[in-house]
Amino acid sequence: MDQFTLNLLFVGASFALYIGIAIWARAGSTSEFYAAGRGVHPVTNGMATAADWMSAASFISMAGLIAFTGYDNSSFLMGWTGGYVLLALLLAPYLRKFGKFTVSEFIGDRFYSPTARLVAVICLLVASITYVIGQMQGVGIAFGRFLEIDAFWGLLLGSCVVFAYAVFGGMKGVTYTQVAQYCVLITAYTIPAVFISLQLTGNPIPALGLFGEHTASGESLLVKLDQIVTDLGFKEYTAAHGSTINMVLFTLSLMIGTAGLPHVIMRFFTVPKVSDARWSAGWTLVFIALLYLTAPAVGAMARLNISDLMWPNGTNGEAVSVEQIENDPEYAWMATWQKTGLLDWEDKNGDGKIQYYNDQNADLQAKAEANGWEGNELTKFNRDILVLANPEIANLPGWVIGLVAAGGLAAALSTAAGLLLAISSAVSHDLLKGQLTPNMSEKNELLAARLSMAAAIVVAVLLGLNPPGFAAQTVALAFGLAAASIFPALMMGIFSTRINNSGAVAGMLAGLVVTLLYIFLHKGWFFVPGTNSFTDADPLLGPIKSTSFGAIGALVNFTVAYFVSKATKETPQEIKDLVESVRIPRGSGAAIEDH
Amino acid sequence: MSQNDDNNAYWSANMRLIKISLIIWALVSFGFGIILRPMLAGIKIGGTDLGFWFAQQGSILCFLALIFFYAWRMNTLDREHGVDEE
Repeated sequence: MDQFTLNLLFVGASFALYIGIAIWARAGSTSEFYAAGRGVHPVTNGMATAADWMSAASFISMAGLIAFTGYDNSSFLMGWTGGYVLLALLLAPYLRKFGKFTVSEFIGDRFYSPTARLVAVICLLVASITYVIGQMQGVGIAFGRFLEIDAFWGLLLGSCVVFAYAVFGGMKGVTYTQVAQYCVLITAYTIPAVFISLQLTGNPIPALGLFGEHTASGESLLVKLDQIVTDLGFKEYTAAHGSTINMVLFTLSLMIGTAGLPHVIMRFFTVPKVSDARWSAGWTLVFIALLYLTAPAVGAMARLNISDLMWPNGTNGEAVSVEQIENDPEYAWMATWQKTGLLDWEDKNGDGKIQYYNDQNADLQAKAEANGWEGNELTKFNRDILVLANPEIANLPGWVIGLVAAGGLAAALSTAAGLLLAISSAVSHDLLKGQLTPNMSEKNELLAARLSMAAAIVVAVLLGLNPPGFAAQTVALAFGLAAASIFPALMMGIFSTRINNSGAVAGMLAGLVVTLLYIFLHKGWFFVPGTNSFTDADPLLGPIKSTSFGAIGALVNFTVAYFVSKATKETPQEIKDLVESVRIPRGSGAAIEDH
Repeated sequence: MSQNDDNNAYWSANMRLIKISLIIWALVSFGFGIILRPMLAGIKIGGTDLGFWFAQQGSILCFLALIFFYAWRMNTLDREHGVDEE
């Protein structure tokens, strides 16, 4: 059986499984649509949240970004896990006690203001749609590869699949499907990593193999990797090269953003008790950590394998020949990926060999001239293909490649579905039913929910045609937006009785606007290329890149909220009582439908 | 002691626990993983230094321990102060 058929088989089988589960657990009522009837066990909920959480950014994109940058991109690892500590300690149990369906409902009630609820809905929509753009990028790449078509057509096809899939059920259908998706994606991520770790280090656990010995050379894997990449003129893998301030702010933005993303927070409304919300956050992180502890190993080992393939005779020997790339089955993956337009090479000096090195490095100029090299000839290597191409690069069996394709799609689909659910509940539940047409029937509310999903996909695809970065970087922008707007409002709502309606509204707006402005100034207005005034290589404020600005936006939010609240009327007593009651687990009941 | 005083005691015990946990949270990630990494450079582990390990794996393991510790401690506090869910 050829690889194309195998991929189709794996992807097709996994899709049949998800759709089967979605039909079996179809949502009947609005309560089931949004919160799965609150009957989900913490471990089950943790697994579903992990699938919801680990998107195309974690699965497809992250290891590639670590592989080509090394230590400096550790921010993704710390940021996307550390946020769960904030979630478990500062938000989840209290929001569960409050007992409503959506994040904006909490903000609207706590700040006793329909305006606050409306602003929360806007913040939530901006962050979620940016996030969906990143997912669509991942879906496009995965579909492009396994159908062997251009990534653009992959994107269009993928968006149709995501839509068909997300409208099937609400939270209930999604919860159980996501448990299945978690199993598919973690198996697909781990199996190739175990194979590669065995090949390179003899250790079956990739997380340990990363710090183990490279069998072929007898040196530590990381020492060997540092040596190879510096030989080729790239920066040392394990050393810090970027600004410390930027790295701290970037990590912090990702952490706060994690705790401010509506589709993750919504998950904690679905557990039966307040104490379960605390455990659930822990279980979620257990399931996430299984992938996140493996990811740095995947990145480092793939970087080593790629360098070895390009320089089969060592970094001082002859480079790989064009003939070998075209005929040797070990290099067949390069031709398949070339079709997606995400990988390319060119024999610039016509010597029949492909030299892969850093042609921007002045130290390598002498060596390049002496050998007649005329620039790096591996001209394109999109970071986002690394994880999907990894089993092929390591020459693993065909079924592993099919499995990884299915896993990548599972990751992108589960998150896209969760986000669409958050978007649709914001529009139909908070905006339409909560504000504009309170008398809407349950049937019409479900219809509005589905229509808003469709609209969200269209907007995401349109904006996704000019993605502002690799998938994980686009997603990082979404985190910055959530960090600057939602998280501070939620936290102040629980931990302070002084912050009043005007303070919260002013804070959220200030945080959202400055962050969005900073992003558009660097990435272009609505991500249209060429409309940016600054670049992330030379940012407006010192070393602070647009992806790291979320933490500053959150600070602006807190500060504005504090001073505006001080200058305006005090919070009424009944709201202070509400805050007191949210802080105490006793008396948490089922969810209250307040419309 | 009235229920109200007890609730206040519960909340301040919770705040103390949150503060301690967040200090550890920041120390293992921003501290050992980023800012203090040069100071830990002398401690070698698997071909690199301890700071690199904290940035790529150690911090994640500490986060896990923190969340489960907090959940366990809070459930005990809930019962001690009589505010647990019946």
